[in-house]
Amino acid sequence: MKLRRLKAMAVKEVLQIWRDPRSLTIALLMPFTQMFLLGYGVTLDIKHIPVCTFDREASQNSQALLKRFEASQYFTITRNVQSYSALVSAIDRADCKLGIVVPPDFSERLSDLGTTSVQAILDATDNNTANISYSYALAVVSGYSSDVQISWSSQQGRPLQLIQPMVVQARVWFNEDLDSRNFIIPGVVVVIMALVGAQLTSLTISREWERGTMELLISTPVKPSEVMCGKLIPYLVLGWIDAAFCLLIATQWFGVPFRGTILTLFLTTTLFLGVVLGIGYLISVLIRSQVGASQIALLVTMLPAQLLSGYVFPIDQMPILLQKLTYLVYARYYVTIIKAIFLKGADIPALLSPIMFLLVYSLAIVALAARAFRKKLG
Amino acid sequence: MLSRIKHILIKEFIELWRDKWGRFRLIVPPLIQMLAFGYAATFDVNHVSTVVLDLDHTQESRELISRFTSSNRMNVVKIARSQAEIADAINTSDAVVALVVHADFANLLRKGQGAPLQVIIDGTNSNTALIALGYVNTIAAQFSQDYASDLARRIGGMQGTRQVQVTLEQRPWYNEGLNGRWFFVPGVIGTLTLVIIVNLTAFAIVREREVGTLEQIMVTPIRPSEFILGKTIPFFLVGLGEVALISGIGLLWFRVPFAGNPFVLLLGTTLFLLSTLALGLLISTLCSTQQQAFATNFFVLNPIFILSGFSFPITSMPVALQWFTYINPLRYFLVVIRGTFLKGVGLNVLWPDLLAMAFIAATLLTISILRFQKSLE
Repeated sequence: MKLRRLKAMAVKEVLQIWRDPRSLTIALLMPFTQMFLLGYGVTLDIKHIPVCTFDREASQNSQALLKRFEASQYFTITRNVQSYSALVSAIDRADCKLGIVVPPDFSERLSDLGTTSVQAILDATDNNTANISYSYALAVVSGYSSDVQISWSSQQGRPLQLIQPMVVQARVWFNEDLDSRNFIIPGVVVVIMALVGAQLTSLTISREWERGTMELLISTPVKPSEVMCGKLIPYLVLGWIDAAFCLLIATQWFGVPFRGTILTLFLTTTLFLGVVLGIGYLISVLIRSQVGASQIALLVTMLPAQLLSGYVFPIDQMPILLQKLTYLVYARYYVTIIKAIFLKGADIPALLSPIMFLLVYSLAIVALAARAFRKKLG
Repeated sequence: MLSRIKHILIKEFIELWRDKWGRFRLIVPPLIQMLAFGYAATFDVNHVSTVVLDLDHTQESRELISRFTSSNRMNVVKIARSQAEIADAINTSDAVVALVVHADFANLLRKGQGAPLQVIIDGTNSNTALIALGYVNTIAAQFSQDYASDLARRIGGMQGTRQVQVTLEQRPWYNEGLNGRWFFVPGVIGTLTLVIIVNLTAFAIVREREVGTLEQIMVTPIRPSEFILGKTIPFFLVGLGEVALISGIGLLWFRVPFAGNPFVLLLGTTLFLLSTLALGLLISTLCSTQQQAFATNFFVLNPIFILSGFSFPITSMPVALQWFTYINPLRYFLVVIRGTFLKGVGLNVLWPDLLAMAFIAATLLTISILRFQKSLE
């Protein structure tokens, strides 16, 4: 490999990128549009759950309980209904996601039996929201329950040990406020890098085929390895620029904590870009039409990066077969790495195993791409 | 006029089915995506990997830990011997939850002084962490309550020492098992149809323009309106076929129930398909090459997909984004799909969504047909 020829190849590619302002715009605009779209649109935080109450007792006790729902920031009481059918229709129309039904014998059972219950009717079509709404509602009701217990016990001079023998002291690490943005945004960075990288490079060789310049290129003394490196280096630089944009937007705009070092991020990002660019290159070598190449690139990057990388959907909850399949998804390693760098402040030794996977992956892809290229020429 | 439309129709069908790549594109990606979403897209949290450190070694502490071991929601992967091992397990993501029972636990428990159970949660995935914390709280509360009532019995059968307790009964409607697949699989019908139909329509017309055959067709006696009909009817039928295919897999393979009226779904599908066809047509008027169409499609489809409520609740989005969802036909179609599949509601509930879709479809169709006719002149 001669540096002079490599440089000439890279310069040619830079000129080509520069003269095609549309792909350049896409490359530079992508981080902004996608970061803001996904940063704001992809959220799992559940607040202001619309609640419909049906108080069949309408006593002081029942009102005191429902007041607590009103006071909670997680709930917004949108309606108080007077009949069961009104409740059904409110949930059917999705006017509320949670219905709290206080039975007519609520206070009576509380004073006679000591135990009483209310019903949480959940619109479980969205099971995740339903699950989380229930646990918030449970917290509200438990709070009410123990306050009633305390006031009763103190009135009657009962021993306090019956109230709360055990308390749970929970500490959340790495994402103390359990803000979903903090774990989604680093993942968005991965999706963007995967998309931009594979998209742009997938066009580079197929363009040469389509325009017939490939034959010209082959007739020059430039070697296949020089073609590949020369073509990929400008995109690597573009990838770095995109990564820097993403980092800035994530930390400065969305306020995601960045606890690792820039150096770790830089090295792992370069490794990941190596894989992504290699894949784009491989696709463009194999498929000679630009449209075909970019469609395939979108298909092999978008879906796995979004679904099977662990960026929102946890891998350990998938069926075993699918979990094994995720080892093939290179975005998976980068998601692990980048979340650990952002939130845990991980350094290279801590990330050794995903880094090794990425390294092997990138070497394999580059070797494959080089081979495919030689074969196509032959 | 009819015979001319018929010829265009036949031409389009031949073109759709002619090459291997075309057939592949119609069938394989929907199948893969359906399976991927059906199996991979889940927010369910089961078998939370847990590490336990018991520094008390009493009957009480063991009883508490056994409650976690026996729960099928938690999966105790490791018994740690020191705090360092706990920190290590969380740092390396071997465990999401760590439970620490300190020495003196049983003693404090007997005195009723609020014996602490220390819980450390890896909050990296906030959703998993939140749900896992809910599980821990439920198990701990049950233990606490059982212990208290047990103690009350032992202290003596005095009147009035009973526990006062308000419980919350869970009644999940439409999806009793809180199964995430029931939420995602019907949604895939909407997202897949959107992607396939917009792509097909936009590409079909842009390809004709790029290759130059659009001009050839325009010199034939066919009128623009006939051309549009001839182009869109096949894709409309393809769309119906895709919806049938995906629904079939959802019903037969993933066993998602269908509680509603198929005709309401058909009506919703028709309106939605009209919107997507119009969108594809509109994109085709904006682009002169397939490459441009591809990029435009991506930038248009991605927001529609993210801001539809397909996987992320609209009510949690910032207000400005929520406004945007009102012009998003997928948002309404998802309501109709989930309403008919899971809730089994009919026109009396879904009419506002159907009306909104009809309005969007009419607007988009008008704009795109006007633009298309202009682009031909």
